[in-house]
Amino acid sequence: MTTVASTRPAHPMAPVHTVGQRPRRSGRRAGVLFSTPFLIIYLLFLVGPLLMGIVLSFFNTTTVKDGLGGWVGVSNYAKVLGDSLFWDAMWHSVLFTLITTPLLVGLALLFAILASRIRRGRVFYRLAFFAPYVVPSSVVALIFLWMYTPEVGLIPKLFSAVGLTAPDFIGSTSGGWTAVILMTLWWTFGFNFVLYTAAIQDVPPDVYEAAAIDGASPWQQIRLITVPLLNPTTSLVLILQILASLKVFDQIYLLLGGGPNQSTRPVIEYIYDTGFTSYRGGYGAAATMVYFVIIVAVSAAWYGLRRLRATGTAARAAA
Amino acid sequence: MTRRRLLALGGGLALTGGLSACASPLASGLTGSQPNTADVIYWNLFTGGDGANMVLMENAFRKQHPGVTLEATVLGWGNPYYTKLALATASGTPPDVGISHLSRLPLLAAAKLLEPVENTGVTDLGITRDRFTPAAWQKATVDGTVYAVPLDTHPFVLYYNVDLAKKAGLLNAAGDGLKPMKGAHEFVDAVKAMKDAGAKYGAAMSITGDPATAWRYFSMIYRGLAGPVVTDSGTRIDIDTDAMRETFAFMQSLTGPGLMPKSLNGSGANVLFSTGKAGFLFDGEWQIPSYRLVKGLHFNVVPFPALLGPKPVAYADSHALVVPRNANRSPERTANAARFIKSLLDHSATWAQGGHVPAWLPVQRSKAFLDQSPQRNYVQAAFNAQYDPVAWYTGAGSDFQNTVGGTIIEVLAGRLGPRSAVAAMRTDLKRYTTARPPVTMK
Repeated sequence: MTTVASTRPAHPMAPVHTVGQRPRRSGRRAGVLFSTPFLIIYLLFLVGPLLMGIVLSFFNTTTVKDGLGGWVGVSNYAKVLGDSLFWDAMWHSVLFTLITTPLLVGLALLFAILASRIRRGRVFYRLAFFAPYVVPSSVVALIFLWMYTPEVGLIPKLFSAVGLTAPDFIGSTSGGWTAVILMTLWWTFGFNFVLYTAAIQDVPPDVYEAAAIDGASPWQQIRLITVPLLNPTTSLVLILQILASLKVFDQIYLLLGGGPNQSTRPVIEYIYDTGFTSYRGGYGAAATMVYFVIIVAVSAAWYGLRRLRATGTAARAAA
Repeated sequence: MTRRRLLALGGGLALTGGLSACASPLASGLTGSQPNTADVIYWNLFTGGDGANMVLMENAFRKQHPGVTLEATVLGWGNPYYTKLALATASGTPPDVGISHLSRLPLLAAAKLLEPVENTGVTDLGITRDRFTPAAWQKATVDGTVYAVPLDTHPFVLYYNVDLAKKAGLLNAAGDGLKPMKGAHEFVDAVKAMKDAGAKYGAAMSITGDPATAWRYFSMIYRGLAGPVVTDSGTRIDIDTDAMRETFAFMQSLTGPGLMPKSLNGSGANVLFSTGKAGFLFDGEWQIPSYRLVKGLHFNVVPFPALLGPKPVAYADSHALVVPRNANRSPERTANAARFIKSLLDHSATWAQGGHVPAWLPVQRSKAFLDQSPQRNYVQAAFNAQYDPVAWYTGAGSDFQNTVGGTIIEVLAGRLGPRSAVAAMRTDLKRYTTARPPVTMK
């Protein structure tokens, strides 16, 4: 899945708490009341299923029968960890992340800056870059499948029009990756673009003004003002993108079915194939948990690194 | 208006909304009861030509039984359909009648999701063993109990271009079929003759990204020599190494010297055969309707001859009608379901338009079917049918077919030799035979 929570870029400085000054009782009560709807939904649809998943992973649960099925201990985990196809699928998800993340972050930054510096039609460009993001994955996959289809598709036709042979977009592993990555770029880059656009608008104009008076060229302004001031956003966009890319499923499933010969199957499709197609819910749950732990570890490491850097900067500033 | 009053009003509105929605599918979804939107609720997975034929048959039922309402739902073919059927049944809200591939039946039956046919009252309507293609009825029987009423048999068959076959001297005297051939040698010669007659390729089939077709092709050849690749309800690998090696070698004897393209996807195969660039096409009979639309293409369809073994073998599957188990289904609903099943069988000559061989003998022997060509040519294939091995993981659209088919594609593409392919197949099968089955099967 490539949807991400729509979080505004976090400001580098957290609001300062005054120690020892607690909010009034009625205020606290109101706070709890206001967050209740969210808490209920959170417990019901996030924490609940997660706990359920943990339980299921220790049973031979199946989707064709009611109930949990027999207790199997950790053998589901042992099987998952020992299955080379699971690690292949894991690698495919990581490979997809390694390729798409730099492209999606870099291109979004580039185009956000370009769109912000354009004089006319700024709204049009912003809309044009963001629009693909709101199209459902099934529609995007269908359109791209038509374009990629060998012999009759638009792209192979264009290739042959100029006398080249089109890569086998659907039938070969490298072609498959190319097809999926191009489609993902077009489709999802709008989200990061919007985050960057918002952050660029937060940069005070007087900074540019002062730089212009000092004789900074537009390129210097971008390199020395815009990009450094966007650092907090970049770090947010990066982690959101890594997490979103690790969760890839629908594009690959719809476009390639994980093929050819399962050489592009991402880990979520592995979970789908074992948990649903083969009806092995408990085993699928165990695979999900392994994958969940890896994702949590990645984000924890990322936040740890950021913290370390933040305290380092703060210490230097204090010194 | 005060804030409190507004809130109260809003609450009241929400409540009335909730009450009026009580009878709707949404409400029954929230309460977990079975929706009662029609007298017969029918789920199937047919789109395209098959879907259109199925709608005709549904309409025939409506006309025949004006007092009985029928609601048909079409779900995505393969996994989307089967996961929903299984989940809906396991959670007590199944349809009254569903479609199942017979290759998918063993697991559904072992999970006790299906009502045995004898409990559904269809026997009283004359639906009995002696009136069906034996191979299909046999496959509808799991552990001595019949769980499905077969609607058709759809075998993997041999298409040929009539003009090219004539040039190649392959037609029989009457010109309505191929000269009898037997054995791998004669078959390869026929493919060569097609190529010599001016076709770019002697034969073609969908290979790339199509593990199911590869598996069908492989099964047909291999099963002429040996039994199923897994036995004991899918817990034991039972490969005949020599037979499998011979099978792979035969497959490469066609793709290796360029008699057949090594890498071609479904639409590519379609183009080659439609434009007369391939003499033979190896595919399921369900493709017949799409080739009928091709102007100027004269083609015919016959069962595959015996290839490696002494007798011809047809790899096939069947669509069958099942009644998913539901403890709360009323006797009237069950009776309506039985009537609907009977009606579909009676109208299966319409179904045969899609290329399928009706399993219901009264229709299979009727003029309405025997007038259909080329369908009548390969009725014998339904009798020689070999299905997927019995196991919890096999069947149409299964992960198993994807995995094993993937290896067979490597052989067809020439990236894997027969010897290493047998080892690869063994590894593939081991994944499934050693996996813990979701339900215990006898």
